[in-house]
Amino acid sequence: MELLTPGTGLLIWQAIIFGLLFFLLAKLAWKPIMQSLKIREESIQEALDSAEKAKEEMSKLQADNQKLLEEARKERDVILKDARDIAANLKEEAKTDASKEAQKLIEDAKAAINTEKQAAMAEVRTQVAELSLQITEKLLRKNLSSDKAQKDLIQGFIKDVKLN
Amino acid sequence: MAANQALSNFRLHFKTLLIVLLLTTLTANFANASADDGKEFNASEVILHHVVDDHIWHFVDGHYGTLYLPVIVYSESKGFETFSSSNFYDEDHTIVPYNGYVMEHGQIHLADNPEAFVLDISITKTVLMLLITAVLILVVFLQVAKKYKNNVGKAPSGIQSFFEPIIVFVRDEVAKPNIGAHYERFMPFLLSLFFFILFGNLLGLLPGAANLTGNIAVTTVLAIFTFVITNINGNKHYWKHIFWTPGVPLPLKFIIVPVEILGVFTKPFSLLVRLFVAITAGHIVMLALICLVFIFQSYAVGVGTTIIVLFINLIELLVAAIQAYVFTMFSALYIGMATEDHH
Repeated sequence: MELLTPGTGLLIWQAIIFGLLFFLLAKLAWKPIMQSLKIREESIQEALDSAEKAKEEMSKLQADNQKLLEEARKERDVILKDARDIAANLKEEAKTDASKEAQKLIEDAKAAINTEKQAAMAEVRTQVAELSLQITEKLLRKNLSSDKAQKDLIQGFIKDVKLN
Repeated sequence: MAANQALSNFRLHFKTLLIVLLLTTLTANFANASADDGKEFNASEVILHHVVDDHIWHFVDGHYGTLYLPVIVYSESKGFETFSSSNFYDEDHTIVPYNGYVMEHGQIHLADNPEAFVLDISITKTVLMLLITAVLILVVFLQVAKKYKNNVGKAPSGIQSFFEPIIVFVRDEVAKPNIGAHYERFMPFLLSLFFFILFGNLLGLLPGAANLTGNIAVTTVLAIFTFVITNINGNKHYWKHIFWTPGVPLPLKFIIVPVEILGVFTKPFSLLVRLFVAITAGHIVMLALICLVFIFQSYAVGVGTTIIVLFINLIELLVAAIQAYVFTMFSALYIGMATEDHH
């Protein structure tokens, strides 16, 4: 066997055995190995990606929260301001209403008092009139109980008429 | 803590000592071999004997130290025949003819007609080494694959975590940058290629092991695999580039096109030569250094070369990985060039 000339037998054996080795390794070793390497690398990549995504979402969520908080604060301020305005308005209205009511009440009272007064006056008047009538009647009865007095009265009337 | 460290240090030193002793005993065997033969010590013969293929596997001297491998030969006149290679050796370990066959420099011929074609598909030393390597790779990676199946959704463990970085390296550093988007199709080939060369290189460094990846037949077949896969998958841009190189004036095409066609073959040729040379050269350097001991026949040289050989061995470990990487990387590059999309 020479150093530089490839032996025929060895060429054949090498071709057969290396070919067989290649085939067996490709089927039984490299295929599952490469596949699981790929799957593992993909899963690692996925895990890293999802972690990154989670981080992003987290920060987004935080920003959202901040925004929400800001909005809530603003809304609270608006609501508070509105409430204050409404309260002020209500107060104002209540005040005006109350004063109006009071005015009205006063006026009503005044009117009622007036009417009462009027009525009282009227009654007083009638009573006074009645009293006067009664007094007059009593007086008349007393004064005109004699004929002479009646004649004097008539005389007097006639005198007055004549004078007129 | 300190005691522990001292112990581990001691263990480390002990290991080094063991390796040194092992190497020295191996060299001692050489010494015996040359002494027993009673011949002049021939370094180049010894080195070549250890680097090239053989029908026997020689571990230690003597009959019990040699593994006689089966010979399978085919000749037109005698048909297929199988017998032990021990039949070619007599008691003195000299080569004798057997059954009408003679073995000369490891080549088997018909005794009566040396010119006739004899197909020698014996289980030689390198073939056996090839089988051992292939079985080891299969056992190891089936185990790894099993781990992947059982460890779904879990962190890698054990043998899986040892090989995963290497597999990922081949994918991310070799296949992806050189092939591009459709690298996945070629991963099985590149991984098989890489680990075959790596295991072959590393096992070849073991004492007593055969030189598998430093054998030109082995590297030739590996290069042919790359050649076939490259050209089967070559797209129309690749072929157009070879047969009608665009952007080159017509007269130049007559020069460029033959060069391009030659390039289709020189690429795998460079692969097979590079691996063969790198591994064989490493083995030759180590063996040459060991042979120095027998040339000088001195213990001092023995100690010196043992230390140097130890360091060369460490470098060879590096070379084993580098050559596996380079062969795979260039294969990926050629495949990438043939399949790349031009826009």
